[in-house]
Amino acid sequence: MIPIEITVNGRRYRETVPARLLLSDFIRHTLGLTGTHVGCEHGVCGCCTIILDGTSIRSCLFLAVQADGSELRTVEGLAGGGELTALQRAFRERHALQCGFCTPGILMAAVDFLGRHPEPSREQVVGLLSGHLCRCTGYEPIVEAILDAAGER
Amino acid sequence: MRQQWVGRPLPRFEDEALLRGAGRYLDDLDPAPNACHAAVLRSQLAHARIAKLDPSAALELPGVVGVLTGADVAELSRPFPAGVDCPIPYRAAAVDVARYAGEPLAVVVARDRYVAEDALELVEVDYEPLEPVLDPLTAAATERLLASDRSFRYGDPESALASAHLVVRERFAFPRWSGTPLECYGVVADWDEATGSLTAWANFQGPFTLHSVAAAALGLPGSKLRLITPPDSGGSFGIKSTVYAYVVLMGLASRKLGVPVRWIEDRLEHLAGSSGATARITDVEAGFSADGELLALRYDVVEDVGAYVRAPEPATLYRMHGSLSGAYRVRHVAARNRVVTTNRCPTGLNRGFGGPQLYFALERTMAIAARRLSLDPAELARRNLIRADEQPYRTPSGGLYDSGDYAACLDDALRLARYEERVAERDRARSEGRLVGIGVACIVEPSISNMGYITLARTPEQRAGELPKSGNAEGASVQVSPLGGITVRVATAGQGQGHATVCAQIVADQLGVGPADVEVITEMDTSTSAWTVSSGSYSSRFSGVSAGAVLRAAERVAAKARRIAAHLLECDPDDVELAGGRAVVTGSADGISLRRVAGVAHWNPEALPPGLEPGLQATAFHAAPNLDPPDADDRIASSAAHGFVADVAVVEVERETGRVLVLDYVSVHDAGRLLNPLLAAGQVRGSFAHGAGVALLERTVYDADGNLLTGSFMDYLCLTAPELPPLTTGHRQSPSPFTPLGAKGLGEGTTMSVPAAIGNAVADALGRDDIELPLTAPRVWELLA
Repeated sequence: MIPIEITVNGRRYRETVPARLLLSDFIRHTLGLTGTHVGCEHGVCGCCTIILDGTSIRSCLFLAVQADGSELRTVEGLAGGGELTALQRAFRERHALQCGFCTPGILMAAVDFLGRHPEPSREQVVGLLSGHLCRCTGYEPIVEAILDAAGER
Repeated sequence: MRQQWVGRPLPRFEDEALLRGAGRYLDDLDPAPNACHAAVLRSQLAHARIAKLDPSAALELPGVVGVLTGADVAELSRPFPAGVDCPIPYRAAAVDVARYAGEPLAVVVARDRYVAEDALELVEVDYEPLEPVLDPLTAAATERLLASDRSFRYGDPESALASAHLVVRERFAFPRWSGTPLECYGVVADWDEATGSLTAWANFQGPFTLHSVAAAALGLPGSKLRLITPPDSGGSFGIKSTVYAYVVLMGLASRKLGVPVRWIEDRLEHLAGSSGATARITDVEAGFSADGELLALRYDVVEDVGAYVRAPEPATLYRMHGSLSGAYRVRHVAARNRVVTTNRCPTGLNRGFGGPQLYFALERTMAIAARRLSLDPAELARRNLIRADEQPYRTPSGGLYDSGDYAACLDDALRLARYEERVAERDRARSEGRLVGIGVACIVEPSISNMGYITLARTPEQRAGELPKSGNAEGASVQVSPLGGITVRVATAGQGQGHATVCAQIVADQLGVGPADVEVITEMDTSTSAWTVSSGSYSSRFSGVSAGAVLRAAERVAAKARRIAAHLLECDPDDVELAGGRAVVTGSADGISLRRVAGVAHWNPEALPPGLEPGLQATAFHAAPNLDPPDADDRIASSAAHGFVADVAVVEVERETGRVLVLDYVSVHDAGRLLNPLLAAGQVRGSFAHGAGVALLERTVYDADGNLLTGSFMDYLCLTAPELPPLTTGHRQSPSPFTPLGAKGLGEGTTMSVPAAIGNAVADALGRDDIELPLTAPRVWELLA
């Protein structure tokens, strides 16, 4: 068991974890932040995407101990207790989610992406989504939602 | 003035929680405190005798609670019943013989999942390999593997074929694939020894008939299998209908070990051991007159359902039975249906459910006939489409189509696709040596399945000695609380379709409130929800039948509210209108709030009209009409409502690589009245994505020994955003006379039509008919070589 200290959505957590505990399991089951979803545990589907020290990562491909000392952002941190962000609102208006299981990962990837590409082209957004599976929407509404959110910034 | 909420493109109420990460999916819940974690030991071979299964080393591992083996499953449960008498019984785990790679052999239960998986490695298994059968035609010739063989004949297909100017004879294969929801299966099972009952939380998609199937396997009356589905489910597309087998498996583990058991399937397990669509081989004979009239159709179908006939199979084969003639006027139809088992994971519901398989064969046949008759495929379709003035239309096999102008839809699609220009462009491109093709598909999209169609797998003589099955019903409750709050409860167990939003729209219209004033409870609990054997989400039944149950319950509450208000306002109930949160006397300013009406019903029953019972709530059941059991001639109205879809695909094949580029795709639907056009568009687009997936990329592949080659998302390739073709859609709205709101299902149509339309377009581009799905670049390139 290894002691770690991780900040998630601005709150500091000190926990003792097994070395092999996945970061995704740590977030979901140790911290109870179940907004981050697990869809494949081999880094393909993108459901578990979070932001670690400013960069989006697949939390199923990290161990919790590797995140020791890091700052994480998860979907729960986007709006906090307040109003939905422009990106979240755009997802709602465009019907860019159905079952909602892939949505938190795509939101976190999009937050990272829009930080780097404030005025993205459609092709860039489609390229971003090539790393995420969504089986409900057919992707197009997600592309539109991210472009809408970029336009509002 | 009353507001009309049904029909508006209202964004969803569900989204607020989901976008915040506050959804409640199965693995987010902790419904049974101190549950232990299960891991499933699975067969590594496709067919093998389990000579030895020794868990003793696993039991020594600290943290391991116990093991449930196939022998325990055999002792504690019965085989699952299915629609046909199958020589090979299906149980929740393999007993003595494993019949597919990935089949459960044992369940290890431990204090945490990591330890449970460690312990799996310690279970000693000795396999004695047996010869696997992977070829469905070999299985069809093997008595023990042929689970069902039925022949159907409507009209006089032999004479019609004999007199035909052209007979097309072709074989079509449809691949096995899966909609692969992103949330895998999950079950928490808690056996109560004191009452001999099981409570299970599972991301299942209803109670459906499968609650009864699970209860039968457990040897429990339905009341002692309490099944609860969480409010959110991470997609299903039919695939999660098989969670029931794991409800039984984990229920038995909980019973044997005396602890609540929690099992969350991982993706590798899901791809190997959950479910998928059937693989189908269809030999078609189709007779045409010289001017293109389709005179007769004969199908010879071999349906591969995997290792066991697992309920509700062989339903995939019969879901479309009333639509064997598709969208066409042909009156002479025959079919031979053989259901075979092979050493693959068993199949089940999957978006389209029999439609993609049927229409790939039928619509490819139409395209081949058009070319041989030197007719444009759209023109051939138009000459054969059922006419608007023939609706409602009874098909030769007993289907009852409800409404729609199919030819007008096709014309819309051709116009949106700029069809004539596209044909000219194609011909020009061809003269330049490019491989451009155009494909058309016209399909009827059934929704709301007749619970009786599965009995077609049995002969009329067998059926005569059994209790008939028919219909398709759903229940719902609406209640108004003492403070005027409105709550709707449904048993649809949706998986992201937006049921809560549409239910709120329906109830808002009836009670004269805003949809935001209506709370919709989507958790399903077989002990407390209003449900029936057909309850759940499958066969696109929500907008037709589930919405109908909500409407009926809301109508009853509204009628009672008007009666109470009329008593208080001293007027006739017919003069009371519910609008703006109030009950008002029509044409006057007099009125009281709905809250006040509810308050009287709860707080002051003495003020109610004489004889009226207190409270303000109603539970209603609604059944779709016309869904009789199959008749003695094997005719059946297999679905209650029928939409229509006309598609045009334009593709170019890259000669150097074999890559298929979809340049344009147009899909025009008539799904009756759209209850929420925003959500309808989402269903159509999602259904299109699944259809494009199986047309272009997706396939579950086993090698000759029955090893799964597509066991991860690195190998089972789902379409991602860059690969998804462009889509243009159009809608007509011909209300169904058979559903309370005029709506028809629309979430499966494009999954049925796209493989056919893209297949036709690629065949047109290549100038050859021996194409196979999915049309991946390597396979198309081989055809070009």
